[in-house]
Amino acid sequence: MNPQALMDGLITGSMIGLGAIGVTLTYSILRFANFAHGEFVAWGAYFALAVSGALGYLSGSLLTPIGPFSFGWSLPIAAVIAVALTAGLALLVDAVLFGPLRERRSAVIILVMASFGAALTLRNLLEFIFTSQPAYFTKALQIAFPIGGGLRATPDQLLTLGVAAVLVASVHLLLTRTAIGRSMRAVSENQQLSGVVGIDVRKVIRTVWVLGAGLACIAGVMAGLLVQIRPQMGLDLLLPLFAAAILGGIGSVPGAMIAGLIVGLAEALAVQLIGAEWRSAIAFVILVVILLLRPQGLFGRPE
Amino acid sequence: MIFDLMAYGAFFLTMALTYAIICLGLNVQWGQTGLFNVGIAGFVAIGAYVSALLTTPDAPDRFGGFGMPIVIGWLGGALVTGFATFLVGALTIRLRADYLAIATFGVAVAVQLCVLNLEPVTGGPFGISFIPRPFASLAGNPSLFSALNLAVLVGIVVLLYLALERLARSPWGRVLRAIREDETAALALGKNAVRFRLQAFAIGGAIMGLAGATQAHFIGFIAPDNYMPTLTFQVWAMLIVGGSGNNRGAILGAVVVWGIWAVSASAVSALFPPEQQARAASLQIVMIGAALCAILLLRPRGILGEVRMFHRAKVPAAGDLPANPPANEPVHAEKS
Repeated sequence: MNPQALMDGLITGSMIGLGAIGVTLTYSILRFANFAHGEFVAWGAYFALAVSGALGYLSGSLLTPIGPFSFGWSLPIAAVIAVALTAGLALLVDAVLFGPLRERRSAVIILVMASFGAALTLRNLLEFIFTSQPAYFTKALQIAFPIGGGLRATPDQLLTLGVAAVLVASVHLLLTRTAIGRSMRAVSENQQLSGVVGIDVRKVIRTVWVLGAGLACIAGVMAGLLVQIRPQMGLDLLLPLFAAAILGGIGSVPGAMIAGLIVGLAEALAVQLIGAEWRSAIAFVILVVILLLRPQGLFGRPE
Repeated sequence: MIFDLMAYGAFFLTMALTYAIICLGLNVQWGQTGLFNVGIAGFVAIGAYVSALLTTPDAPDRFGGFGMPIVIGWLGGALVTGFATFLVGALTIRLRADYLAIATFGVAVAVQLCVLNLEPVTGGPFGISFIPRPFASLAGNPSLFSALNLAVLVGIVVLLYLALERLARSPWGRVLRAIREDETAALALGKNAVRFRLQAFAIGGAIMGLAGATQAHFIGFIAPDNYMPTLTFQVWAMLIVGGSGNNRGAILGAVVVWGIWAVSASAVSALFPPEQQARAASLQIVMIGAALCAILLLRPRGILGEVRMFHRAKVPAAGDLPANPPANEPVHAEKS
């Protein structure tokens, strides 16, 4: 087997993991499976594409590649702005759709259905605005250099792995060491009771959306940098995201990341062993196996 | 002119009625039982492909083509889909409600992948053509041919409607609604919630498979592209618009939404230049998606809404659940 599959798997896996953190947080705190989460990944990527394009248009010097990387300063700046825009989009969707449904104490499944409608709307809006043609941040080609153990990686790939690791560690620390993190865990335990003891539940809900959408946006930017940007990318990622969130155990941030890496590695392995055309079936197989054997996931608590 | 219009009307209605069958299937799962199925396209595809494999003439370049009668194909499609739905349900129905949604979504992805990649069986991206059409011997007389096709579908829809109404009013249907409304109470009365749900889920799946099979035979050609997530979405829009829980609503919603879809599709092709049409078509989905969310927010009961069916007899029979409507709500009598 080609050891390079390991590298590919780690990279896809870290993107899936970042997205799955958002899924697992919405699932455990807002208590529904958000089918629109993949769209935050896609919208994040397109936001960054539009902003970095505009920045490059304003000042060509922003496009000169930084050090060994394939992109100029326009991309990191655009990524930060895109995180804010994606978070804004998530808050907007919540204000227009999920908020009113929550207010009315709609059944969980109505929220799931609403997220399904929102996903289709958001995805096709992207297709309408940007057409279904794939887009790229840069057209530059990068040479992969050996990093030992027969593995090769481009500087961009190593950077994204590093960024993903830092982000996961920060989110984990945020949840376990800060006041808002404690509030979030409290709300995920019992929303009514946390409200009673003076936790600002609405602030927690806003934080969940900002955090989830922000991470999704970063995952989208990574996908755009290493693969390509397409309006359908959110749909294609949805099943791996859910598989990772459930495999990791709903509510567990490190679990989501580890499970994301597992799903990514399994996909890369399947591409090597069975063929690339079956890649997207892997997430389904993992999902079925986990639902059969351990529905609470690797790091979750039984219901 | 008037003749063309009638031919188009027959075509439109036949197509809409195939969707009405899917909608009726979904109504058993969602409207009556509260099971959220996001993989409709996958289940419809199973029915369509099974029926196509059973009935097409022997094809040298792929598996099967068994040349069986169309009725066998339809029954086979329904049975196999029902079984597939049963398996998915058995896997997820005892878990949280949205695990079922995620699993069915996965089924749709997996089925899509299988029909695309298992070329020796499904014809891959090219699909299966020459699926026998009912009354093919009468194709020389187009108006009689389309009228008979329409009549077959009307017949199926009416039969299904009557059967499902009967089922909904039977003790079985009442248990389903009881479980949906208050599972604990139903459990306390000794009803095995998991088993009832699973039965409803499989029956709904079988109906979807039947719909896929009839659709395949009506069009005469199937390909993986027919079973994209958009199909799932259209059917959901139909049921929600028509009113979930109401079989007549399911049929009405199918005709209305399919009508809106057809009109907006022809508007797109008339108003936009050819190179922009794919783009404009995505706007169609945006519109219907927004409408779905709006209905969930503003009129969650749909056009017709669920007809409340309380005990026919004044004294509930032994196997029945006494339904206790809240005192401040008027009890609507059954309208039928």
